[in-house]
Amino acid sequence: MSPKLRNMLFRVAIPLAVWLGVWQLAAWWVGRDLLLPAPASVAACLVELGQTPEFWLSALSTLARVVCGLVGGVVLGTLLAFLTHFSLWADRIFSPAIRVLRATPVVCFILLVYLWVARANIPGLIAGMMVLPVVWGSLTAGLKAVDGQLLELARSYGFSRLKTLRLIYLPSLRPHFTAALLNGFGLAWKSGVAAEVLCPPKFAIGSSIQQARQALETPELFAWTAVIVFLSLVLEGLLGLWLKPRGEGAT
Amino acid sequence: MIQVEHLTVRYGDKVALDDVSLSIPRTGVTALVGPSGCGKTTLLRVLGGLMQPQQGTISGLTPAETAFLFQENRLLPWRTVLQHLTDVAPRHPSVEPQHWLSLVELEWEEGSYPTALSGGMARRLALGRCLALERDVLLLDEPFTGVDPQRAQRILQRLRDLGKPVILVAHEPHLTQSCDRVVELK
Repeated sequence: MSPKLRNMLFRVAIPLAVWLGVWQLAAWWVGRDLLLPAPASVAACLVELGQTPEFWLSALSTLARVVCGLVGGVVLGTLLAFLTHFSLWADRIFSPAIRVLRATPVVCFILLVYLWVARANIPGLIAGMMVLPVVWGSLTAGLKAVDGQLLELARSYGFSRLKTLRLIYLPSLRPHFTAALLNGFGLAWKSGVAAEVLCPPKFAIGSSIQQARQALETPELFAWTAVIVFLSLVLEGLLGLWLKPRGEGAT
Repeated sequence: MIQVEHLTVRYGDKVALDDVSLSIPRTGVTALVGPSGCGKTTLLRVLGGLMQPQQGTISGLTPAETAFLFQENRLLPWRTVLQHLTDVAPRHPSVEPQHWLSLVELEWEEGSYPTALSGGMARRLALGRCLALERDVLLLDEPFTGVDPQRAQRILQRLRDLGKPVILVAHEPHLTQSCDRVVELK
């Protein structure tokens, strides 16, 4: 057996089989699909759902909203991190507001935003609001940790601001940015879907979860949850690959 | 002539330079020597405009015309050897960056990253980068730390051949003997 195959077996296949086994045993013990459906029932439901266009439309719509929220939160969080690091007044004005944003439970924002924004836009907005403080916090810490000796070298050697940004700040911030993006992505998914459940748009995974819950279709509820987990893991893996340092001198 | 008059520098309560006055000709290689903590690096930093003295004046030298080699290498782990030089070179350099690489004997390491260099090679890269600035006066803080003596002698001779004034901090007797003059701080 090749080392790669063995690695897959020990790290993915065996743990997955163990947990599916535990789930199946628990389902037998409970004995009612309404309370805990068996893995086979959920898989059958998933196959059935996959044959409807609404399923793909809902999955893609949710994905688009989460990605839009993530991008918005990352862009705004990055801009604010630089602004509050380099401007004392911006720090005084924005930093407390961002800390309040970080400390406020997501459900409060969802219910509040519901009053002001069209339903279809709420999940993306909420995802962005959750990502922003994470990116801001990580990059602010990264900016404070930039090597002062390198900045002194840049001044002494006459680097322009743009060159200092390109050659010192951005490479130094790369590990902080990567961590922020990966953490923010998980948050964007969770908060985006939570917003869809509470303020259901027409096509959305969260709306489908809400409908399944109201109809007491527990296997469908599980199937949609499996879709969320699958999409989240796949996209997180792709994001990790994209952010992976390349080359000998990469950070 | 570079004139240093009544220079006093303090770090908090600690006095690094106390009313120092000296003259350094703007030709050849001048070595600043003295025991550790006597203020050699501080004097060099003041000459390079990297810090302001509490008292005293300097004439005959402006920070803009100095290229400063820091005591630490301060290399960028994400840039190659050649990029370190092209990053600092003037818009219209008088020579190709490879010229400076060969002066510090690093011409075979163009594409390497700092993590792949030995201590002596990293020091020579920092020196090469300082030369690539193409400024008129070289201020070098312990330029040959970790560089083997024969190579250090060869590079020092090439620095002298550039015809620019060089002021360096050195501890190695074999290097100070090769300098045109030695200024001792106490």
